[in-house]
Amino acid sequence: MAEAVALAGSPPRRSSNTWNNWGRLLVLPYIVVFLLLVLYPVSYGLWLARDPQSYVKLFADPIFFRTAINTFIFVVVAVNLKLLIALGLSGFFSQTRWWIKIVAMLFILPWAVPSIPTILSTRFMLNPEWGVINTLIFKLTLKDGPNWLNDPTLALSLSMLMHIWKSLPFWTLILLAGRMSIPSEQYEAASVDGATRWQKFRFITWPSMKGLYLTSTLLSMIFTLGDFNSVYLLTGGGPADLTHVLATLGIRYLRLDQIELAMASIVVALPFMLPLVYFMMKRLSK
Amino acid sequence: MKKGWSLRKVSIEAQLLLVGIPVVLWTMIPVYHLFLFAISPRDKATSGKLWPENPTLQNFEFVFGQKHFYLNHFWQQLGNSLMIAVATGLITLFVATTAAFAISRLKVRGGRTVMNMALVTYFIPAAFLAVPMYKTMANYGLLNNRWSLILAMVTIASPYCIWVLKQASDKLPWELDEAARIDGASPLQLFWLVYVPLMVPSLVAVGTYALLLAWNEYLYGFLLLSKETDLPLAVALGNFLAADDSPWELLMATGFIYALPPAAIYYAFKRYMVSGLTAGAVKS
Repeated sequence: MAEAVALAGSPPRRSSNTWNNWGRLLVLPYIVVFLLLVLYPVSYGLWLARDPQSYVKLFADPIFFRTAINTFIFVVVAVNLKLLIALGLSGFFSQTRWWIKIVAMLFILPWAVPSIPTILSTRFMLNPEWGVINTLIFKLTLKDGPNWLNDPTLALSLSMLMHIWKSLPFWTLILLAGRMSIPSEQYEAASVDGATRWQKFRFITWPSMKGLYLTSTLLSMIFTLGDFNSVYLLTGGGPADLTHVLATLGIRYLRLDQIELAMASIVVALPFMLPLVYFMMKRLSK
Repeated sequence: MKKGWSLRKVSIEAQLLLVGIPVVLWTMIPVYHLFLFAISPRDKATSGKLWPENPTLQNFEFVFGQKHFYLNHFWQQLGNSLMIAVATGLITLFVATTAAFAISRLKVRGGRTVMNMALVTYFIPAAFLAVPMYKTMANYGLLNNRWSLILAMVTIASPYCIWVLKQASDKLPWELDEAARIDGASPLQLFWLVYVPLMVPSLVAVGTYALLLAWNEYLYGFLLLSKETDLPLAVALGNFLAADDSPWELLMATGFIYALPPAAIYYAFKRYMVSGLTAGAVKS
């Protein structure tokens, strides 16, 4: 799109050397940042992961196997659930009501505030002895509530909910922007023809949003692979290291001074990650 | 007929409410719980009441007075967070604006490659880059130096900022550049007198984005810094978790203070943020 706009004007001929030299000079700061803080670390990291022995050790670690499964579940379930809800909510927020504007203001909060305080707040709510959730369960049923974060399945599910809580507003905004760019005449025409709400979604909304929806899903998968906070701050990877995802496992190895294992665990993820990155690059740098 | 119509209208409103109420509850419960904790006396915070019987500002008094072992360096850590966020915002703004200008307006040779380098960086999950970044900072002798965190945050923030700025720059009309050139403007004059003034909304958006990213960051600070007087508030808050007898109500009060500036900045610049950032995130 933007590229087309640029071409519509007449781009300057690559004129004098001064202009190109200025261009080189101005692009230099970023190139320095890239070389020193992206290319060097990444190459160095890959070099650290060169020993096949690291992979033998990694695959022998039962925690790694569990982590791979957790990461897969996290990326597939949390991302798709989040985007489905975001798609639905984008429809809700596209309605014009005074009170929906207020809801939208509040809804953005999880994205606007830092993760730590809200995740820790949730963690306290889930405390089995004095957390507010189990206090309420006890008041209502006279029974003790579950030990939320001590059950690996519950703990991982709660981490996924935490992740959704934090990033749902962002994706809802993205999909809302996509929905708002659909001309309203199309809906009006459909209404005249007596289309139901489902038919409007099926034949107007979805066809014009499915590209955006797919891109959002892939991009969110990449970002979700890097979500350290939702898992680490809620469960710490526990109980018994059963709720790690790759993001937290790499850091765990790093903290245990096993950087080769940390890098190996990331390299193992590359075959799954690179196709996503390749697809996104093709889409974005057109 | 008229009644049927209004019945349908009522049903639509009811359905909207059926979505709106759970959305508000889902969003607000962790935030409200944080707030409730922060204004409750120590032993009353977990009673399950919607409003504490004796709300108090005592927790904040403790925090501001640094009256607890965990809070000994509160003001210093708040200052660190501020310094790191502002430095990240300014450096990112500089790096990203110059790069976007050179790529989009000066059409520097190899500009496309630089854009692709930035995009690939944008797609490296932050927690994955953190591992080699830690080793890199150690090699550069920057561990336990606040500059390591600033540089790491600039690295993470700038690709997206360059991308957003390039998208916005490409939309400026070429006639402006042509006219400036014909008038004999130098590239720098074009940059300062034409480009920057036209780009202000996008610059505000990406500057704020980088600033908030650094203020909110936990993982990199936790890895790269360890001296208590160097820590940003985010990492100091995480350290509360280390002990079983942590003063939760003070942690929540501190967390509330820490969450306020980004929320305020976000709402103040909402206009720029939402359009500026969502537009670039996913090209439809």
